[in-house]
Amino acid sequence: METNQNGVNMSVGIVSYGAYIPRYRIKIEDIARVWGDDADILKAGLMVNEKSVPDVDEDAATIAVEAARSAVNRAGIDAQRVGAVYTGSESHPYAVKPTSTIVAEAVGATPVLTAADFEFACKAGTAAVQTCMGLVASGMIDLGLAIGSDVAQGAPGDALEYTAAAGGVAFIIGNRESELTAIIEDTYSFTTDTPDFWRREGMPYPEHGGRFTGEPGYFKHVTNAAKGLMQKINTKPDDYDYAVFHQPNGKFPSRVASMLGFSKEQIKPGLVVPRLGNTYSGSCMMGIAATLDQAKPGDRIFATAFGSGAGSDAFSITVTDKIEEIRNSAPKVEELLADPVYVDYAKYARHKGKIRLA
Amino acid sequence: MSVPRFWRKQIARYNLVGTHCKQCGEYFYPPRNMCPSCRREGEIEDFKFSGQGEVVTYTVIHAAAEGFEGQTPYVLAIVQLEEGPRLTTQIVGDAKDMSIGMKVSPVFRKLGQSGDRGMIYYGTKFVPA
Repeated sequence: METNQNGVNMSVGIVSYGAYIPRYRIKIEDIARVWGDDADILKAGLMVNEKSVPDVDEDAATIAVEAARSAVNRAGIDAQRVGAVYTGSESHPYAVKPTSTIVAEAVGATPVLTAADFEFACKAGTAAVQTCMGLVASGMIDLGLAIGSDVAQGAPGDALEYTAAAGGVAFIIGNRESELTAIIEDTYSFTTDTPDFWRREGMPYPEHGGRFTGEPGYFKHVTNAAKGLMQKINTKPDDYDYAVFHQPNGKFPSRVASMLGFSKEQIKPGLVVPRLGNTYSGSCMMGIAATLDQAKPGDRIFATAFGSGAGSDAFSITVTDKIEEIRNSAPKVEELLADPVYVDYAKYARHKGKIRLA
Repeated sequence: MSVPRFWRKQIARYNLVGTHCKQCGEYFYPPRNMCPSCRREGEIEDFKFSGQGEVVTYTVIHAAAEGFEGQTPYVLAIVQLEEGPRLTTQIVGDAKDMSIGMKVSPVFRKLGQSGDRGMIYYGTKFVPA
């Protein structure tokens, strides 16, 4: 058993993981055509070519359930062992009424468990992971289910519309060493009150601070969390085989990786945003899932999530032998990205409920 | 649909939980509390279906009932589960990809909602396997 500098047993990690991505995609060209924007400039600037679109009957709860079921099935988990379900999202279908109870019921984890919904822009999923780590490490629960799921909103014509996508990822967090697929060696967060992005109660679409979301938001928090963790556990970028950074577009994670000294090769497996868009609460976790899909036992993964508002959660992860055993028992991120059905803007507007029926 | 009415059958809708008569071996979905063949000799237990099934027949809805206008055209089918019972369900996907005898598997989707203020109903639909 390892202990961290606070003296807490940190031999916790990911027992299983599951991802879900809706089948539909819209290309940047189709959105740009509607608003008279230049698709080539946008694609080059954002490094995003297309984004996922939910079906008419999909929302953050259905996506969370699909991801959670995938995680339960991947490692053949007895869902009754799950003692906590936390779903992070900024598009919970109800303003009041937890998404997490729907998930808990649908995976068969009820009734002896604690549950709550999390919200912290794009990092609510990793906040749920950290909470489950604490509960598991303290012995309060056996297994925790942490989910990041979103059907992200972008106002028609807003810059966010080019990237706001749909998808979700679930991690089952535990601390029985024989069960761990990936050990989370430590985590470190950097949080300040930064109003770079918000959505007021009752409003359908979020507002953002434009370029303000870059330097004082994303880059400040991601670099501080990442550096803070590496300093805390005495590691450097070279110690890691892979790295994942929150991917609101392709440009930000690529730039922050090079600022921190990580290479293009290290971030490549987890950088799914060009074909997926920003899945908000699922974004960083999707990158971790895609990396776990191809990592070898012993590989180390460095991951840093970012949520506007603003904060970053950094994780240092080591993959175990168990990965080979469970990897193929649920759909991989690459399989979920394959074979999409493309929709045009009109159909996308219908799927997203942007067209109001009488 | 009233909130209590949905809630009572929620687990059946979410997780395809029906019943099974241990006496005669028959499976029921939606769940029955009594076996119509064995009557009082029957022994009913909860049973979670695998969800694998095939399309017995289907229709394409173009003129939808209230609350489903946003989904047209959609496919409504009778699906036979591998354990035997048949149920009416929506099949997610393009109508032109449907066929009788097609294998299907379950997905978790929104079934409907009571307007903008009411409850959201979740449950099982099927997709081509």
